[in-house]
Amino acid sequence: MADISVVLPSVLQPLAGGQSILTAPADGAVTVGFLLDSLAGDYPVLARRLRDETGALRRYVNIYVNGDEVRRLRGLETEVAAGQEVVIIQSVAGG
Amino acid sequence: MGCMATEESYVLAIGTKKGLWLATSQDRREWSMSGPHFLMSEVPSIAIDTRNGRTRIMVGVRSEHWGPTVAHSDDLGATWTEPEQGAIKFPDGTEAAVERIWQIYPDAESRPGVVWAGAEPISVWKSTDGGEHFELNRGLWDHPHRSEWGAGYGGAAAHSIVVDPSGDKVHVAMSTGGVYRSLDGGTSWEPRNKGISAYFMPDPNPEFGQCVHKIAADAAVEGRLYAQNHHGVYRTDDNGENWESIAEGLPADFGFVMLTHPRRAGTAWVVPLKADGERIPPDGKLAAHRTDDAGRTWKRLDSGLPQGEYNAVLRDAASVDSAEPAGVYFGTRGGSVYASPDEGEHFTEVASHLPDVLCVRAAVVSGSLVPGAPVSA
Repeated sequence: MADISVVLPSVLQPLAGGQSILTAPADGAVTVGFLLDSLAGDYPVLARRLRDETGALRRYVNIYVNGDEVRRLRGLETEVAAGQEVVIIQSVAGG
Repeated sequence: MGCMATEESYVLAIGTKKGLWLATSQDRREWSMSGPHFLMSEVPSIAIDTRNGRTRIMVGVRSEHWGPTVAHSDDLGATWTEPEQGAIKFPDGTEAAVERIWQIYPDAESRPGVVWAGAEPISVWKSTDGGEHFELNRGLWDHPHRSEWGAGYGGAAAHSIVVDPSGDKVHVAMSTGGVYRSLDGGTSWEPRNKGISAYFMPDPNPEFGQCVHKIAADAAVEGRLYAQNHHGVYRTDDNGENWESIAEGLPADFGFVMLTHPRRAGTAWVVPLKADGERIPPDGKLAAHRTDDAGRTWKRLDSGLPQGEYNAVLRDAASVDSAEPAGVYFGTRGGSVYASPDEGEHFTEVASHLPDVLCVRAAVVSGSLVPGAPVSA
């Protein structure tokens, strides 16, 4: 069984106890939405930063699976295989 | 050892486009600042709740990236707490998400745990635990008019909440939608906009749809409220059944601010802007205007204010404190903040060159304060 790594931007790391990478055990493919659901149990404030209460990914939050932004794939239904890396990055926004 | 006299101190919270600043003062002329708190998040709503024997600062915070939330501090900003499950979120089945918290309104002294909130999308919320968890007001959310309410330039929001001493009569104002009133503590709601113009609509006198910018209740006269409209300044003496213009004597009837005195009947302040299409102080000269006779006459107040100012003052970027005489505070979109210790007769500049000021709130607390240090009410 290989872990899935979730890499956090530095600004969100305080909401995960200072960790820069969270790991989720996986014995097969899971969806990005499932991964975020499982994050919410341990880190509910972090989870709210990424998705609103309808479950939608916030507009300026980008999630990459093996280098591809999930909006270009299947959104939160995008599958992540064991051993893959998920990277969360805020997009360029604001002024 | 002698007795120490109980001092009064003043707290001024300044919410901006890029964070929160907190200022304290002993005399409302010299201020010490801390901040920015929540750097790079906007702070469009603040309440300083001095009930329950403590000073709790509640803030509506919104990050462009990470969304909105409500946080509170009981130690004047030294530490902030955000409820783990979120203070305000739409319940399952509504298929809505909070975009921005526009208003946080502590209820009366007699209802010390009750805090109201107004949000975007247009919604009203109520907390009974001091602002840590809010419940959606279903009466307003399920109102049959909701699909017809619109968005002003800043978004579609409930931005004003006024609760009468009994707790039965609740007025809210929304942009756009106008004034809605509940006579049963918020269970059911009816529009109350008779006399308020909606000149931008085909029928300028609709039952609802007005762009009321701010409402405030008279301190002492039951049933009397004041409104700053999207062009038009009004008063009602019958809980919103009828609104009449009180704009005569003002240099312009456009603006966002409406403040009322903490105790005295008939006293209110506005900060006029020239017009919808020219959102600057008239002639570029910044001034507040105060009425002491419920809008029959107005007095221009510009001592200490710049007479070359081209920034607007937004609806919640103004506040009064509860001292005697009352303090008056406001900030501009140019990042200047002004304080008056004498009801607007004289202003001093508290801060300048901050980001756009979105919200200002002031309160009187006992004891000598240091920003960021623990404080009690």
